[in-house]
Amino acid sequence: MEQNNNNQPLAHKPLDFKNNQPVRWCPGCGDHAVLNVLLKAMAQLNIAPEKTAVISGIGCSSRLPYYTKTYAFHTIHGRGGAVATGFKTANPDMTVWQVSGDGDCLAIGGNHFIHEVRRNIDVNLLLLNNRIYGLTKGQFSPTSARGFKSKSSPYGTVEDPFIPAELTFGARGTFFARSLDVALDISQEVMMAAAEHKGCAVVEILQNCMIFNNGIHNYITDREHRADRTIHLVHGEKMIFGKDMNRGLVQDGFGLKAVTIGEDGYTIDDVLVHDAHCESFFLHQMLAMMDGTDLPVALGVIRAVNAPTYEVAVAEQVEEAKAKHGFTCLDDVIRAGDTWQVE
Amino acid sequence: MAEKTEKAKVQFRQSIVVRFSGDSGDGMQLAGNIFSNVSAGLGDRISTFPDYPAEVRAPQGSLGGVSGFQVHIGHGVHTPGDECDVLVAMNPAALKMNAQFLRKGGAAIVDIDTFTQAGLDKALYTTNEPYEELNLKAQVIEAPITTMVKEALKDTGMDLKAQLKCRNMFALGLVCWLFNRPMEAPLKFLKAKFAEKPDVYAANELVIKGGYNYGHNIHATVSTYRIQSDEVRPGTYTDVSGNKATAWGLIKASEMSGRPLFLGSYPITPATDILHELAKRRDLGVKAIQMEDEIGGICSAIGAAFAGHLAVTTTSGPGLALKSEALGLAVMAELPLVLVDVQRGGPSTGLPTKTEQTDLSQALYGRSGESPLVVLAAASPTDCFKMAFQAARIAIEHMTPVILLTDAFIANGSSAWRIPEEGEYPVIKPNYVPEALKPTWTPFMRNALGIRYWAIPGTKGLEHVVGGLEKDYNLGVLSNDPINHAHMVETRRMKIANVANDIPELKLKGDSGADTIILGWGSTYGHILDAVNRLNEDGFRIAMTHIRYINPLPKNTAELLSRFKTVIVAELNTGQLASYLQSKIPNLNICHINKVQGQPFLVQEIVDGVKNIMMEEEL
Repeated sequence: MEQNNNNQPLAHKPLDFKNNQPVRWCPGCGDHAVLNVLLKAMAQLNIAPEKTAVISGIGCSSRLPYYTKTYAFHTIHGRGGAVATGFKTANPDMTVWQVSGDGDCLAIGGNHFIHEVRRNIDVNLLLLNNRIYGLTKGQFSPTSARGFKSKSSPYGTVEDPFIPAELTFGARGTFFARSLDVALDISQEVMMAAAEHKGCAVVEILQNCMIFNNGIHNYITDREHRADRTIHLVHGEKMIFGKDMNRGLVQDGFGLKAVTIGEDGYTIDDVLVHDAHCESFFLHQMLAMMDGTDLPVALGVIRAVNAPTYEVAVAEQVEEAKAKHGFTCLDDVIRAGDTWQVE
Repeated sequence: MAEKTEKAKVQFRQSIVVRFSGDSGDGMQLAGNIFSNVSAGLGDRISTFPDYPAEVRAPQGSLGGVSGFQVHIGHGVHTPGDECDVLVAMNPAALKMNAQFLRKGGAAIVDIDTFTQAGLDKALYTTNEPYEELNLKAQVIEAPITTMVKEALKDTGMDLKAQLKCRNMFALGLVCWLFNRPMEAPLKFLKAKFAEKPDVYAANELVIKGGYNYGHNIHATVSTYRIQSDEVRPGTYTDVSGNKATAWGLIKASEMSGRPLFLGSYPITPATDILHELAKRRDLGVKAIQMEDEIGGICSAIGAAFAGHLAVTTTSGPGLALKSEALGLAVMAELPLVLVDVQRGGPSTGLPTKTEQTDLSQALYGRSGESPLVVLAAASPTDCFKMAFQAARIAIEHMTPVILLTDAFIANGSSAWRIPEEGEYPVIKPNYVPEALKPTWTPFMRNALGIRYWAIPGTKGLEHVVGGLEKDYNLGVLSNDPINHAHMVETRRMKIANVANDIPELKLKGDSGADTIILGWGSTYGHILDAVNRLNEDGFRIAMTHIRYINPLPKNTAELLSRFKTVIVAELNTGQLASYLQSKIPNLNICHINKVQGQPFLVQEIVDGVKNIMMEEEL
């Protein structure tokens, strides 16, 4: 039997989490890769399909639940986070995946997003970011760059985008990771880490829309440049990157600098070690804000810190209150109050 | 199921008793006098009772120094009242001396700033829990009166002693807010009284307005309506408000269905007390959570419904508007959900603390697409228990969202309620996937009544997808087929229509041989019944029925109403139920009695309205 990374026998194959419905995303859409990786991650996690839920809002990426054989719910625009919060609070035993896009999650669903992050509900939130509205055929999204031209911004947008990591940290997020739709290994790694994290785990996947925003992430996803313009962060390991893995991130005053190891007096000892578990998000934020120009875009788990989760805290309060008051049913509660007899 | 008809609650308190109490130097007599004069000026009957201390100058804050003034205002007032609905207590001593006069379930307004250790000691309290020590069975509004008076007067140059003399006006302003008394009359009274001292008038004006605005800002409401129950069945009774009864009815339904109770809500006047009560009931396993907004409230509940819980969201009119899209999702995904709308005056923010029945059309029609669901309405505070139970039962057994309409009047009003004995409420049977069907089950398979089965997450082999997109009737997978969509629309419509077989029929009251019938829905039940009894006693021939199941209507509705030449619909809106009935039942001769003032009917208004209609119809 196949085993997972913890040497446990795998009870399920990726296809055990896939139903028989034809997948209807456009050919070449990055969402195909995300679905396939997610199915693999689910199998590796060794959690049964009946213990798995996939909940989404509206948008291209939010169609994903329709292709899974799990307890899956395609809800309404922007509200996947609120539905997932109720679902997980009601039944903490289920492993809950939420699938959302940049419009669903950060525009119409922005309020639910920041609050589910703040509450630290144990949901694995896949945020597929293609910086465009695809299902409505090509309007700018809250992650489109200032000046971006689209059908609804023919002269270019006049607003600055959200940066999902920054929003997550601002909402006191405990987990943030990033991957590319084409970086299958990293995607699987961060999905697994998100599932293992207890709390709201935000996974941003930079994803390509072939039809309405083709190549938006090419600057970092092109095979030719990817190694030099991205860095795969791993907790406890040196922050090195580049085709020859000879470049590293060093501290530069209050900022970061990319250097070539062995040049300008920098040695491997100067290169920072990634600490995803650090309570302060100061360095995590700097890493997450690197944009691929002077500094490489950070991929992998950028932040993962422990904190109480919402659904567990609710369940604990229920147990404490039950034990304290000793009521067994409504009748006990009512009759413990002020009552009188009528003969 | 057997529906037990509520015995009449015929005596309405159309009057209220307020007792002002404080130190003899606190000006309670003045505050009480002004309040009664203002009320008299508005056409109320009044009866007052000043209660002075024996000592002329007892030590400040002592029990011997407490002075009181009781005022009874409203209709049919002949005495100052045996007990008060609202007690104003300016210090711990006043509370201690007057708590005995406060009726069970009434409200105490206290100046919380005076409840210091020294204040409690002077009033000879033996603990730091004054309410418990007094066994106070009342809502307590803890207003920081001293602090707010000082704040209001900080720029006047008055010394502290002079400032504190104005505390009575703050209390008066707050009481005026509670009972809808406009500020003009007391200000006119004060202006005359302090004609020689414009500075004193100005200070009192600032403070009385401060008290009024404080009530406005905190949405202060008190249960001023004590709805008498004629129910004399032996048993154990307790006092219950409509909101509390609603919360309890939902818990009961959870116990009888075996499905754990989940509430996703957002604070909104006048519904918030349901959230408060259910939040307390973590001790019964209830998971009540406060979400980030109204939409989060209903969506978290829908998530919990999908997870297999009895899921509830509570709100008032503006919140119902925000929840519309999510309600449509619950209709489409065919999940059980109870939405309680405690109606208030609208539209928009409207009259947040006042009562109205103006959300009926919104409840019936306020969604996109063909989106039928069940709509119920509770008739009294105690009926909220039954109807909340029924809402949950229908939601679970018929796999549909149910809207339960109550309103500020019965939500905040209270009445005596016989605690149900074991076995009085039926077992609720969730429509689980039958064992035999499991191998071939698809998520939108239905039983003979057209009701979808409920597969609880965690169950092996029943993994499935639900969602807001239209699905194939047979397979439950996505479908854009035009004929299939029409079939699904009809299937969802029939599912709701079939609920009519599972609810009690309408019953006739009053003079059933009359040509005229009056009917209402929801909280107007008691007023209409009282009016019909008076009319029958006076020789006017009129029958009555009352609607609590609005969609679908009870099966005999058309037949019963068609027996009468004239159907009078009395409701606290401009005719929403009347329009609905007109659209459902052809050829009814409907006449209207409507009131949209943010206030319940007066019985006399209905009596007069019926007499006018009868005169016109005879002409």
